[in-house]
Amino acid sequence: MALDKHGIAKRIARELQEGYYVNLGIGIPTLVANYIPEGMNVVLQSENGLLGMGPFPTEDEVDPDMINAGKQTVTTLPGSAIFSSAESFGMIRGEHVQLTVLGAMEVSERGDIANWKIPGKMVKGMGGAMDLVASAKNIIVAMQHTSKDGQSKLLKDCSLPITGLRCVKKIVTDLAVLEVTEDGFKLLERAPGVTVEQIQAATAGKLTVQGEIPEINV
Amino acid sequence: MINKVVQDAASACADIPDGATLMLGGFGLCGIPENSIQEILRKGIKDLTCISNNAGVDDFGIGLLLQRRQVKKMISSYVGENAEFERQLLSGELEVELIPQGTLAERIRAGGAGIPAFFTPAGYGTEVGEGKESREFHGKMYLMETWLKADFALVKAWKGDTAGNLIYKGTARNFNPMMATAGKITIAEVEELVPVGELDPNMIHTPGIYVQRIFQGKDYEKRIEQRTTR
Repeated sequence: MALDKHGIAKRIARELQEGYYVNLGIGIPTLVANYIPEGMNVVLQSENGLLGMGPFPTEDEVDPDMINAGKQTVTTLPGSAIFSSAESFGMIRGEHVQLTVLGAMEVSERGDIANWKIPGKMVKGMGGAMDLVASAKNIIVAMQHTSKDGQSKLLKDCSLPITGLRCVKKIVTDLAVLEVTEDGFKLLERAPGVTVEQIQAATAGKLTVQGEIPEINV
Repeated sequence: MINKVVQDAASACADIPDGATLMLGGFGLCGIPENSIQEILRKGIKDLTCISNNAGVDDFGIGLLLQRRQVKKMISSYVGENAEFERQLLSGELEVELIPQGTLAERIRAGGAGIPAFFTPAGYGTEVGEGKESREFHGKMYLMETWLKADFALVKAWKGDTAGNLIYKGTARNFNPMMATAGKITIAEVEELVPVGELDPNMIHTPGIYVQRIFQGKDYEKRIEQRTTR
């Protein structure tokens, strides 16, 4: 059975390590915050200028001057810090953030990512995505393996305008966990009950499969 | 101390001409200069070039100026919250330059700090890099980006004193501190205007040297885009 978005977020949460500073993008990546292992110290960075993003506020705590990069109301935590957008992207470009998790429309077998524009249809802008993918040491993409009309989103080359080149390290989809290698997408894990053949059929880019592929354990 | 205080938004914005280049602080609707935007709307100042991370929503913030066709060009990083913006862009009525958010912030900072250009990895190999100089440093490719300056920078702070020193609150800080440094004329509106001496010099975010005019703002709506609660 394919993972739902919470399953994808849970699996990505297993990539977190003690002491990590992490930037979570909008959508499925935001859900990763719900699955940080108990007792692990992970600090969430929000690129509008907040380190140490806390949970959503209670009704009484709602403050229009406290939002995250998704424009949602949030809270601070003991030890939080607030700063300007220039400082925020300084710490991103300066590689002080250990892990970035973001969504994508397409990923190529070399790790190129497209997630900001559909020519003639959707032009919302790249926001901070280009800065994040150009600078982060470790980038994990959270997305569905195929588009709503069944087209593979893991391609030989991206067909949409690129957000960044050769930057994605790992991809967690509803069907599989894959690593981007010199030899294309390497299949690491498969969703419970999903076969290697099903993943192969849903992957348009080069897929390498070595030995037994374990099921994702979430 | 030099007194930077003006009466209100009308006096602060009195000499903004048609065709001006403006910087407007804020991230989404958080920390936007509501009073100055209302005044520009009221006066109908047109053919504006607006440098702002976002373009407001359809019925608030810069979205109001877009509705009245007062904006000729937008320079932003993300405009997804504004359907009217997207319509004007796709139909070609509005000129738009989309810039990676960190590059936008740094170009503004550079403008205020006298740095005409710098190199950043953001956007290399993408549409953003087309026509720009690129260079390799330590085995990685970078794009050259140039400074941004404005005729008027419109910023919003929490507290300010009569000398123009500013303190921001929460994530309403965002683009405001850099924009304050990059305007030929910087207009600061504050929720609370206090006499000099009341703000702790250790806590000042924007030193008054960058601010030409400051006024006590009023009727802040502080609209929330995504009200999320536990």
